[in-house]
Amino acid sequence: MKITIDGVEAEVEPGTTILNAARGIGGELVPPAMCYYSKLKGSGGKCRTCLVKVTKGSEKDPRPMPKLVASCQTPCQDGMEIQSVSSPEVVEARKGVVEFLLINHPLDCPICDQAGECHLQDLSYEHGKARSRYEEERRTFDMIDIGDKIKLHMNRCILCYRCVMLAEQLTETREHGVLYRGDRSEISTFIEKAIDNEFSGNVIDVCPVGALTDRTFRFKSRVWFVKPLYAHRDCPTCVGKTTIWLHGQEVYRVTARKDKYGEVEEFICNTCRYDKKSPSDWTIEGPAQISRHSVMSATQYKEGIKVEAPKTIGYGNISPR
Amino acid sequence: MAGKLLLEHINVPGIRTFDVYRAKGGYRAVDKAFKTMAPDEIMEEVKKSGLRGRGGAGFPTGMKWSFLDRSKPEKPRYLVCNADESEPGTFKDRYLMEFIPHVLIEGLILSSFALGSNNTFIYIRGEYKWIIDILETAVGEAKAKGYLGKNILGTGFDCQIHVQTGAGAYICGEETALLESLEGKRGNPRIKPPFPAFFGLYGCPTVVNNVETLAAVVPIINMGGDEYAKIGVGKSTGTKLISACGHINKPGVYEIDLGLPVDEFLNSDEYCGGVRTGHRFKAIIPGGSSVPIIPGDLFLKTLEGNDRLMTYESLSEGGFVSGSMLGSGGFIVMDETTCIVRNLWSLSRFYHHESCGQCSPCREGTGWLEKILHRLEHGHGHMHDIDLLVEIAKKIEGNTICPLGDAAAWPVASAIRHFREEFEYHAKFPNKVSGRFAHVDDYKRELNAIAL
Ligand SMILES: Cc1cc2nc3c(=O)[nH]c(=O)nc-3n(C[C@H](O)[C@H](O)[C@H](O)COP(=O)(O)O)c2cc1C
Ligand code: SF4
Ligand code: SF4
Ligand code: FES
Repeated sequence: MKITIDGVEAEVEPGTTILNAARGIGGELVPPAMCYYSKLKGSGGKCRTCLVKVTKGSEKDPRPMPKLVASCQTPCQDGMEIQSVSSPEVVEARKGVVEFLLINHPLDCPICDQAGECHLQDLSYEHGKARSRYEEERRTFDMIDIGDKIKLHMNRCILCYRCVMLAEQLTETREHGVLYRGDRSEISTFIEKAIDNEFSGNVIDVCPVGALTDRTFRFKSRVWFVKPLYAHRDCPTCVGKTTIWLHGQEVYRVTARKDKYGEVEEFICNTCRYDKKSPSDWTIEGPAQISRHSVMSATQYKEGIKVEAPKTIGYGNISPR
Repeated sequence: MAGKLLLEHINVPGIRTFDVYRAKGGYRAVDKAFKTMAPDEIMEEVKKSGLRGRGGAGFPTGMKWSFLDRSKPEKPRYLVCNADESEPGTFKDRYLMEFIPHVLIEGLILSSFALGSNNTFIYIRGEYKWIIDILETAVGEAKAKGYLGKNILGTGFDCQIHVQTGAGAYICGEETALLESLEGKRGNPRIKPPFPAFFGLYGCPTVVNNVETLAAVVPIINMGGDEYAKIGVGKSTGTKLISACGHINKPGVYEIDLGLPVDEFLNSDEYCGGVRTGHRFKAIIPGGSSVPIIPGDLFLKTLEGNDRLMTYESLSEGGFVSGSMLGSGGFIVMDETTCIVRNLWSLSRFYHHESCGQCSPCREGTGWLEKILHRLEHGHGHMHDIDLLVEIAKKIEGNTICPLGDAAAWPVASAIRHFREEFEYHAKFPNKVSGRFAHVDDYKRELNAIAL
């Protein structure tokens, strides 16, 4: 099937979503995605950052779609024409969504462990406005510990439901995951009870923001001062392929490897994540590829807030998408 | 009163019971259909009748039924009756179910037969506690008389009706959230497509219809679709229950022929009996809280000067600029003592409270709207808040998973469009707006002029 996104033609398999088609093309026109996660069934559709405009439905039915659509949920049709960044309407709508996501966000990046690898930070640099018009009080929650390894900082949560789906899909039972509704929704502590299996730590990796963080890494270092290396070990439980984050000769934390959209390539077990904190546990392969558009490369942005980029980017291989 | 189809016998003592309902001609439609009609013929009659969904959106019922996926005979098909009725201003389904429950049961039996649903559900909001008992009693009676259960009237068709209660969430009235809730899950609307006609309850083909829609199948079968279609104007056929409330002399539930002039509905003694005596008509929300508010003058006559009728088309004439919608028939009248800002704040509070929180624009936007309106109403607003409200509403509208986002945005956009001066007054004279109604006379708008 042939489709066109922002004037760029592409050939896609039937059933491909617009988002994945755009990812196939790459570059500026790829819509940002905060909730869709290709490895999690049923994810997407919620954050609305990936909105695009369909100006031509298909060859058969060329009518445009009446509203902007979530590109992560909308399958391509033959002959479909789509506008992403080329549509002012889309750009405006995305700005709106970013503003919404930020109004209740604590903006506590200076003390947040996720800073530097946070998708919300990236999103607001790329698609947001410089100033918020929000003058009201922000909603707040108490922090809670989900087990002894994970901290839930609900204030920062954007309710993408990724962690809920991960929990659900790892345990193969149905859990709610979210308590209450509207902007009072909370990720419930059931996760602690529901996932008593070896893979619970992956909720940290799928969380796009700093709502779920690794308590064993908490406040140890800013991520840009630790050096990510690809490493592997012979693990009886998982693939054993990880990224280890070194500070001097110490392993500060272990995460799964992520692709260029920040998605985990293969989920790892808790033993690899929490208990293998010595370089001798690992066979090091080399520097990790950090190819995401990241706050660490803020100077690369043409537009957006002018900030002084950290002068001491500690390692190489940072390239904008 | 002429033209009553659903509420014809509402005042007969004991009409709530099977025997009295039967004596008044009840279950005639089931007798007729089961003895003389095939399921497809019932659907044909419904199509011919032009019946449109009474739950709010007004989608043609016959067409909805024909979309039901019948290609997988191994899968059960379900009919679900939406009795979640939680839209502020709407209380017509309650009236029907409370006082004449058998008309709904009869409609459900007919519709289940037409659609091939052996297990039919009534999803009713938890707050209607006493009605749950009424419905269950009615289902029990119908079953005892052989109208439900196995092999109904010897046709070989089995049907059970299950009454399931919700736990008090407006969002569970949205059809896919309703299905989730019915399955025992959190009531989050599903992302569509797939539509319930293909992937509904437990993943099976499902039709969801409003209480009144399903009840209306009874007169349609009794009189025939063609006869039914003669009532009304154009594409608005049949009768409609309107729950009239607010500043009128005779609030209540009325069954009207669609096409009734709005002036007659509002002012005649047969219906609302006019705006509260001694007061002037200021504004109206004619179809439940989600539809745009319009000033009284624009309600009675369109911008072109045409008299408005109680039809889907006429009430929406003028679109979002000067029209509104028939919606679910929640008719909320406001006289000049109403503060529009306060009214809007109250509605926004509702939507903020009821948003399921799945998608960012609605979750965050509804709360934001509510907070700004709270400030404005309590004397802490600014002029720039007014445009901000409009902006936020625009950013929500159309960008959400389900129409609750639109429902939260439309009242804001319309209230500010038509009553901007009241909002400005609140921003300009913060110390005058602290009392509840004290300020209204200060900014009385010219009630008879046509506004834009
Ligand atoms: C937020 C929301 C709440 C709704 N609440 C109700 C309701 O309480 N009752 C109802 O019949 N329809 C309600 N609807 C409409 C239903 O989604 C659906 O359109 C309706 O049940 C279809 O029935 P109909 O075709 O007979 O009108 C609601 C829709 C939305 C978006
Ligand atoms: S905790 Fe993180 S992963 Fe879970 S819903 Fe919130 S933002 Fe998403
Ligand atoms: S629009 Fe509101 S109620 Fe509907 S799915 Fe989104 S958050 Fe939930
Ligand atoms: S990524 Fe598509 S809606 Fe979130």
